[in-house]
Amino acid sequence: MRYMMLIYSQEKTEGLTHDDARHLQAAHWALMDEASQKGVFRGAEPLKPTSMATTMRMKDGKPLFTDGPFAETKEQLAGYYILDCENLDEAMDWAAKIPTLCKGGAGCIEIRPIQELPSRSS
Amino acid sequence: MDVRDAAEAVFRAESGRIMATLIRLSGSFDRAEEAMQEAFASALAAWPERGIPDNPAAWITATAHRKLIDQTRREHTRRDKQDALRYEVENVQAVAEIDSGGEPESMKFPDDRLRLMFTCCHPALHREAQVALTLRTLGGLTTVEIAKAFLVSESTLAQRLVRARRKIQEARIPYEVPPPHQLAPRLSSVQAVVYLIFNEGYTAACGDRLVRLDLCAEAIRLGRVLQELLPHDCENLALLALMLLHHSRRDARIRNSQLVTLEEQDRKLWYRQEIAEGLELIDRALQRGPVGQYQIQAAIAAVHAEAKAAAETDWNQIAALYGKLLHFNSSAVIALNHAVAIAMSSGLEEGLRRIDDLGRAGELDQYYLFHAARADILRRMDRSAAAKEAYLRAFALTANEVERQFLRQRIVTLD
Repeated sequence: MRYMMLIYSQEKTEGLTHDDARHLQAAHWALMDEASQKGVFRGAEPLKPTSMATTMRMKDGKPLFTDGPFAETKEQLAGYYILDCENLDEAMDWAAKIPTLCKGGAGCIEIRPIQELPSRSS
Repeated sequence: MDVRDAAEAVFRAESGRIMATLIRLSGSFDRAEEAMQEAFASALAAWPERGIPDNPAAWITATAHRKLIDQTRREHTRRDKQDALRYEVENVQAVAEIDSGGEPESMKFPDDRLRLMFTCCHPALHREAQVALTLRTLGGLTTVEIAKAFLVSESTLAQRLVRARRKIQEARIPYEVPPPHQLAPRLSSVQAVVYLIFNEGYTAACGDRLVRLDLCAEAIRLGRVLQELLPHDCENLALLALMLLHHSRRDARIRNSQLVTLEEQDRKLWYRQEIAEGLELIDRALQRGPVGQYQIQAAIAAVHAEAKAAAETDWNQIAALYGKLLHFNSSAVIALNHAVAIAMSSGLEEGLRRIDDLGRAGELDQYYLFHAARADILRRMDRSAAAKEAYLRAFALTANEVERQFLRQRIVTLD
């Protein structure tokens, strides 16, 4: 089953030190390599901060666009991994390896099973 | 024996084991439960004529297994003939074995219940759901009985079970004993659920006393399963010992629907056999180690159990054990127990000083047992007015009728 690991972390205005950023990136690369070697890696991307986000919602049947994310919360979606795991226990093991230290604040990882769509032919 | 009684006895004693096997075979809680219910219905129809089989649990399992296969076959004929064939082969084997009087192969998996315990107590499930699922799946209680014991409506409990089972299915919570690197935290979650079930039954909270004793007995049974299947973990032995030692006092701790303190209990009413078993278990656990929380708690219960009269209680040892327990779990409640033990061993003044120190920290201020414990020390010091005040404080903080009655009694005696 494919699981999406949603990385939530605090967005601080002050950035990381150069060294922190390098370490964080190296940790992600190491994890992606490990997951690829084990054959579970299906994708991972970081996201730009929510100050770059635009939200669309339908209002009276028309799309309405606003600045920023949908909800004002302390922790924001910062990136994701998609890993193909045997079960939730395996997914939990991988989630525990994802570096969550982002811009100075410890974050959390939400593990969500991906809903498989029925094939379009049937 | 009456057929209905026989079927009920099988349900109480064996439904956990049967469910565990059926869940392994079907990979689904819902299907397993449906098949088990159908098999019990078949038993009620078939047994009056054919007689109760020698191994009723095996009969139920084999019959339920057949129902599962029928169901799977129906679902698979269109899609996957190969799979249906595999099930069919297993079916023929199971039926052949049961006909020859033996246990079907499907019953010979002692690990089934253990795996299921880990699934039911998986950390991805809410604690309330873990408790409900464990009781419903591995215990011999019906949904109605569980709802009654936890003072929730039947529909709330049913909802809870549906949601938990759905998450197991949809998020693919495995049906496995966790790998070694996950075992320790996962096992402590299972132990916590079992102990919670026990405590729910043990606390003198309102509700039907019989239902509560059922919960205790159920927790002890689960504790036995855990101890049988993972006997190398000392905490499993200790947890079972702890529950047995507490449960052995059940008849002595209530008199005319009133709570009786350990000190005032008639020790002749304690169940000696359970005490003997508890003491043997805790000795074995402590010899083997490493020491853990349940071992210390069981050791404390053992010191009480070994005292022939309340006055002979070795409070020094109890104080030392609470001190040790604080290293594992530095909660204010344990610190309170430690202080009480010190009051009883080193002196009331010293105990009271410690209790007051704890009180100043503020955390225990709304905890009725804190004020009740403080009142009890003051009463022993003959400081009646202060004791009464503390009892009144405790009284205001509990809604539990049994506890209120106890405190009322104490207050009256001080007047």
